Amino acid sequence: MTTKSPEATIGQKYIQGATGPWEVVIGLEIHAQVTSNAKLFSGAATEFGAEPNSQVSLVDAAMPGMLPVINEYCVEQAIRTGLGLEAKINLYSVFDRKNYFYPDLPQGYQISQFKQPIVGAGEVHVDLADGTTATIGIERLHLEQDAGKSTHDMHPSKSFVDLNRSGVALMEIVSDPDIRSSEEATLYMSKVRSIVRYLGTCDGNMEQGSMRADVNVSVRRPGDELGTRCEMKNMNSLRFIRAAIEYEARRQIDIIEEGGTISQETRLWDSVNNVTRTMRSKEEAHDYRYFPDPDLLPLEFSQDWVDEIAATLPELPDAKKARFIADMGLSPYDASVLVADQTRAGFFETVAKGRDGKQASNWVTSDLFGALNKADKDITESPVSAEQLGKLIDLITDDTISGKIAKQVFAIMFETGDDADKIVEEKGLRQVTDTGAIEAAIDEIIAANPDKFEEIRTKPKAIGWFVGQVMKATQGKANPGLVNQLLQKKLDG
Amino acid sequence: MTDLTKLSMAEMRDGLRAKTFTSAELTDAHITAMEGARELNAFVVETPEKARAMAAESDKHLAAGIPRGDLEGIPLGIKDLFCTEGVQTTAGSHILEGFTPPYESTITQNLWNDGAVMLGKLNMDEFAMGSSNETSYFGPVKNPWRATGSNFDFVPGGSSGGSAAAVSGFLAPGATGTDTGGSIRQPAAVTGIVGIKPTYGRCSRWGVVAFASSLDQAGPLTRTVRDSAIMLKSMAGHDAKDSTSLQVDVPDFEKALTGDIRGLRIGVPKEYRMDGMPEAIEKLWQQGIEWMKAAGAEIKEISLPHTKYALPAYYIVAPAEASSNLARYDGVKFGQRVEGDDITAMYENSRAAGFGHEVQRRVMIGTYVLSAGYYDAYYLKAQKVRTLIKQDFEKVWGEVDAILTPTTPTPAFGIGEKSSDPLEMYLNDIFTVTANMSGLPAISVPAGLSEDGLPLGLQIIGKALDEETVFRAGGVIEEAAQFTAQPSKWWS
Repeated sequence: MTTKSPEATIGQKYIQGATGPWEVVIGLEIHAQVTSNAKLFSGAATEFGAEPNSQVSLVDAAMPGMLPVINEYCVEQAIRTGLGLEAKINLYSVFDRKNYFYPDLPQGYQISQFKQPIVGAGEVHVDLADGTTATIGIERLHLEQDAGKSTHDMHPSKSFVDLNRSGVALMEIVSDPDIRSSEEATLYMSKVRSIVRYLGTCDGNMEQGSMRADVNVSVRRPGDELGTRCEMKNMNSLRFIRAAIEYEARRQIDIIEEGGTISQETRLWDSVNNVTRTMRSKEEAHDYRYFPDPDLLPLEFSQDWVDEIAATLPELPDAKKARFIADMGLSPYDASVLVADQTRAGFFETVAKGRDGKQASNWVTSDLFGALNKADKDITESPVSAEQLGKLIDLITDDTISGKIAKQVFAIMFETGDDADKIVEEKGLRQVTDTGAIEAAIDEIIAANPDKFEEIRTKPKAIGWFVGQVMKATQGKANPGLVNQLLQKKLDG
Repeated sequence: MTDLTKLSMAEMRDGLRAKTFTSAELTDAHITAMEGARELNAFVVETPEKARAMAAESDKHLAAGIPRGDLEGIPLGIKDLFCTEGVQTTAGSHILEGFTPPYESTITQNLWNDGAVMLGKLNMDEFAMGSSNETSYFGPVKNPWRATGSNFDFVPGGSSGGSAAAVSGFLAPGATGTDTGGSIRQPAAVTGIVGIKPTYGRCSRWGVVAFASSLDQAGPLTRTVRDSAIMLKSMAGHDAKDSTSLQVDVPDFEKALTGDIRGLRIGVPKEYRMDGMPEAIEKLWQQGIEWMKAAGAEIKEISLPHTKYALPAYYIVAPAEASSNLARYDGVKFGQRVEGDDITAMYENSRAAGFGHEVQRRVMIGTYVLSAGYYDAYYLKAQKVRTLIKQDFEKVWGEVDAILTPTTPTPAFGIGEKSSDPLEMYLNDIFTVTANMSGLPAISVPAGLSEDGLPLGLQIIGKALDEETVFRAGGVIEEAAQFTAQPSKWWS
């Protein structure tokens, strides 16, 4: 039996229990709200944050005799997402009714897809911190309606229902149980979010609930059959997902190690106390009585249409990353950071255009992202545009300023939004390339420090001190290469 | 002046256009008839003021010589399953009592667009579940027909019992109905009138309270085949709001009534000859065959081998869909609420108080057959049977153009006679459900009287979207049968 901590074993993600290592097995059901102006089966609007019950059609309210009509755009969005997940697109799929009673479900059933979803098996590639890539299988993606929202704290004995969300189109993206750690789970969720954002099929906004996940967790001895799983519903933050998985895995391990068994149940994450709690047991589970919705014909479309949609797909994160590495010389890590967000990647590409990719990447990922982070700003709110940043790099390349001065210039640009050349001119930051002026400064310093100058002959490394002094004397404007060159000449002379 | 209520719809159309009478006069005559026939309990809501206003509007169009459609100025009754804007719509159920839709069903809107006048909302079996109109929360409807020499009250059939009673009792020349398992044709047959269930998808279901979505289809009840053709033409048409609505043109059905069926191949399915079928029905069927032959049709015995499974399969599929369709009546939003200690108790109390026994029975059957562990054995198997029934018909369409059967296994029965035995009640649909299960058009035409003097009907089933042949063959039966008997006006 191993006694090493799991962290010490690279590539192994086992959790250490009292009786040995355990493997956690995770599957995610991601609910992603389809970006669409209208709901899945009615013409009502979908805007977030509208007055309660102001975006409700007769269909959404399930008035007697109302019928659903599929919104073709939502179907297109689901196909687009399926293609982005490298998944099989099913040209024939069926809408089913999932029957259950709840006040925010006015029909008494949710229109969903059960046995024949619009999208079948696919896969998502996730870059792990150790530099390896995990492939997470996608079991399926199906279209379904969202329910309304119940509020229980506005009246002592009554609940309030807002049907604005009722009927909004959701894509449920079901992963295979391929995820092996809380880290992988959050990376997977982020990657799916990144893909749907690239595709424009979901805004990925987890706080507003337009992307949330049901997380299934079980544990087993490495190599054993799958254990009994518990499902944690409606997780809408990566931080909570991570914490809930870690708590839940530990809870299950403790139970089994104490001789107990896991009962299959639905749990909720209590983010105040950082624990998961039973919501309903298997015995209380609904029998949803799925059956094909007789109000809707099976969903059928042609491969030609799928091909047309495929032709409009943007370059997705994986392809972009590969290109950044191969064509622009970026490290896999920097490439991952840049492609995670399409706007960031686009910003970088503008900066890098006609310039050194690696240098551009450094400026974007360290200087710009660092400054944005500090200022709590999004890339879209950057005070420095990609064009401006590019021109700053040009000033380094043509020796107008040194890299060090460039950092100062960048800080001012970020503050004021001014162009780099304007700042360089106004502040007199132009690099001194006049050999006469630099030589004069060198001579002055040598004259003042004859001993040190002699020292260099025996300790060549001490030249750095002289370079520093010269830079200081020129307020950093001397071209450091030139200073070195001239000093060497003095020594040789 | 002649009794305007006794005219056919076609005669009304001609009389209005010829200005022999006005829509106001025609409408008033029907309002008087309606108000005088409350004992029949055919209407659950009378809308005389609305009728008079609509008639006045029609008279303007008629006076100007530009009627909006064939139905300009003609008063109609509307089954209470159709949502009517501003007029209470209950589906015959307590749970929807007081519900006033803010919208108009596509079909009724089509009728109003063609100039029709609304007399009121017609009684029906609760949520269209029943064959006798006895399951209505608003009480049973009485059949205007009585057996010879008897004062006993008979049912008008169901679920469109109010529609059938209103039309056969001359309270309206036509009424809308819906037919999920026979709910237009069976009441038409037992009240001596014409009723057609068109091809599934011919008429929009938008705004019609759903019973079983894959089977529900609206159609007219009228006193003549021509009137059915006129009224169906107005009701039918593609509706983008109903995904199952067919994108096909609506033919001028009236033009199909040529009376010429020479060479038409009529199938007579041997499986419709049931054990214990009353002799009068058997004789009527034989008579129908003779009429068709005499008109030049070719009669062929055919086999529809899965017929006997149609009724049991229907009573799985229809309740399954109903159990889901009726989930929205839960006390939360509209209709009746009965409070409880928690949300589940509120649901249970509201639904227990709001639904009648037959509806509760079918919701429970439907819930059961869809439940985990039973789905494959019941719902899935019933769907397979449905496919086989469709295939039965598809196979015979090579040999025949239409099929002739009786509409019902018996004439009208007495109120209360079968209401305690649901299975016996369900047998009323035995000849009609196959057309619903297969989506085919079928008409019932009055063809004779039982020994007791009660009406009997014959059914013509046609190919999908071939209502024209159905109407033409139905018209030949009508012509041959010369069904001129009328119920004696025993009410008020």
